[in-house]
Amino acid sequence: MLLINCFVTLSIRLPLKSLHTMNRLDVKHLKKYYTSQKAVDDISFSLAPGSIFGLLGPNGAGKTTLIRMITGILFPDEGDIIFDGQSFNPDKDNAFIGYMPEEKGLYKKMKIGDQAIYLARLKGLSRATALERVKHWFIKFEMESWWNKRVEDLSKGMQQKLQFVTTVLNDPKLIILDEPFSGLDPVNSNLIKEEIYNLAQKGASIIFSTHRMEQVEEICDHIILVNKGQKILDGTVSGVKQQFKEAIFSIGLDDYPPVTDAPFEIIGQNANQQILKIKEGYRSNDVLQYYLAKQVGINSFQEILPSLNDIFIKLVHGTPLARQFETVTA
Amino acid sequence: MNKILLVIQREYLVRVKKKSFVYTTILVPIIIVAFYAAIIAIGMSGSSEKNKIAVIDQANLFNGKVENAKNDGSQYEFITGQSPDSVKENFKKMGYDYFLFIPPMNITQAAGNIQLYSQSPVSVNFKSKVERTINNAIELKRLQSVNITRDQYRSIQSDVSIENKLKNGKEEKKSVAGVASGVAFFCGMLIYIIMLIYGTMVMRGVMEEKISRIAEVMVSSVKPFQLMMGKIIGIGAVGLTQFAIWILLIAGLQFILPFFIPGLDVSAIPQAGPGANVAGAAGMMETMRTGLHSVPWVLIIGCFIFYFLGGFLLYASLFAAVGSVVSDDQQEAQQMVFPIMMPIILGFVIMTKAISEPNSPLVIFGSLFPLTSPVVMMGRIMYDVPASQLITSMLLLVLGFLLFAWLTAKIYRTGILMYGKKVTWKEMIRWAFRKS
Repeated sequence: MLLINCFVTLSIRLPLKSLHTMNRLDVKHLKKYYTSQKAVDDISFSLAPGSIFGLLGPNGAGKTTLIRMITGILFPDEGDIIFDGQSFNPDKDNAFIGYMPEEKGLYKKMKIGDQAIYLARLKGLSRATALERVKHWFIKFEMESWWNKRVEDLSKGMQQKLQFVTTVLNDPKLIILDEPFSGLDPVNSNLIKEEIYNLAQKGASIIFSTHRMEQVEEICDHIILVNKGQKILDGTVSGVKQQFKEAIFSIGLDDYPPVTDAPFEIIGQNANQQILKIKEGYRSNDVLQYYLAKQVGINSFQEILPSLNDIFIKLVHGTPLARQFETVTA
Repeated sequence: MNKILLVIQREYLVRVKKKSFVYTTILVPIIIVAFYAAIIAIGMSGSSEKNKIAVIDQANLFNGKVENAKNDGSQYEFITGQSPDSVKENFKKMGYDYFLFIPPMNITQAAGNIQLYSQSPVSVNFKSKVERTINNAIELKRLQSVNITRDQYRSIQSDVSIENKLKNGKEEKKSVAGVASGVAFFCGMLIYIIMLIYGTMVMRGVMEEKISRIAEVMVSSVKPFQLMMGKIIGIGAVGLTQFAIWILLIAGLQFILPFFIPGLDVSAIPQAGPGANVAGAAGMMETMRTGLHSVPWVLIIGCFIFYFLGGFLLYASLFAAVGSVVSDDQQEAQQMVFPIMMPIILGFVIMTKAISEPNSPLVIFGSLFPLTSPVVMMGRIMYDVPASQLITSMLLLVLGFLLFAWLTAKIYRTGILMYGKKVTWKEMIRWAFRKS
């Protein structure tokens, strides 16, 4: 069900992109320096309407500072933020942004229905519209019966769902989700994932910040990687994987003859396949020719692209861990 | 602007709807009135208490009879034909509570050596009652010895009260110090209490937002300044609501109380006093009554509202700043709050001085300085404060509030998003004066 949904989303999202020539968000040479460190040091990127954008980086890389500037919580020291073609004005544009911070929180003693309406009205919705939207989302997420409960009476997962709903109540054009799946069970994770696709399909741009690389690979179409305040990687998920591929292939053979003097080295093998890395100066065709010459039946041959996790570790590895805690503010 | 109203509305409704608000708001006046009623009741029961006193009057001060004995609630019985020593041993068995022994004396000389025997120590009240009775008797004897009747003596006695008129240039007016300054002092104390209670409430509200981590969601929708001011104004409105309800309830209860307890009315209070000097107490009540009439209520209430709002807003913004920088730690909060408590307490101390020395330099300074003026000026207001000083004080309070709101807002916006780090006063001051 979910898979089908993904396919539909992807296929519909592509033409939508081409309709909009203007970016939803352009971040240009953004800088935020603190006395002790450069939290964000000359970061630029663009975000198209309907795209799901992964913002990656180790703890203390400057992601939170970057996000806080995009949500208008902090003012950049230098650089520009262009929102829907115009210079970003937090007072006005906040109404079109939904932000779910990593440190999630709601008023513990407040009733859930009242709280959702309050947060929606702070985004500029009228009481009637807010009520209607809250009802719509509560029904969609099967939360109607919670209306008069207090947040403190909800489980962590339920709070997370509520937090997501309050983030998207104002029908934002830009949704920023910082670790939206933490503490959610697989069923609710899928529910929210599906909604993220739906919202993107309707044209919302989504910035998705997480440490969970498998989620990024699954959800995002574009990523940037930030470390120590600087952007060290920018591209589509498949493009980045292509960029970092290491000539590793898997091959399935009828029989695995001993290998000598081959254009590759074997780095793994089981009954069904062999994982090999092609040596410098050779191409994939050389592998096939080698085995064809050996008269072995070839059943499958496929390139193995690096996972984002591998790329992440490779790029961040060796750089000293930036800061101990993410209390960068001001 | 619309957003700040929403914040105010939430902060207000959340608190007013709380059960604890309803309880304290309704219970406090009931407790106050019950306490008040209990005092009156105790006072009244005190006067009906009968003490049986055995008297051996060897000086014959009383001629065997105590005048006005009814009034002081004691029953004097004169014993003849028994030796003082035997009565001293047996007065309890004879059915008396006390034994008063008056040895022979020359009444024109200083009286002495009069003894009151009891089983347990007597109260100061009772002792002074008995002393007054004896003094009256000695006075009467002395009057008789110089051939003056009691009426003549009364006509000689004088009891003037002087009126304090203020003469400043051509203007002449009656000073209303006294009762009025008492009322003003009470208002000053009220402001002191409000600033502490509701200031702390603001601090706790800010801490709640920070600890529950909703602050970041909030500031992505509203400006931190709007969030802070919305909270302060909302809580200030809660305070006003609570006071309004209290005043109405206390007034209402005092009005209906006499219908429930017959005989309990204002005239019962002076009689209840242990003094038994009915004329004096009634006179005091009378001065109270005229005093209350002469209180310039418009000035007092006007100043009260102004200084309440100014003082609350100023201190609430300081409390909000402190709330934004502390983490979950109560002890840390207390340490950080101490520097704010200091000027409030200092203001209270200066106000008590304002009663005795309303025009001393310290009091004048205290009534102008914005951190102390809300409390001090209320204590001083009835002592003919020059208009120029009053206006300066008010102006400084407004400016002080604007300055502190501006500085604390900068601390607040940094503090509420900072987790897991202990913030020092030095850092807070650096944030406050940083360009934004």
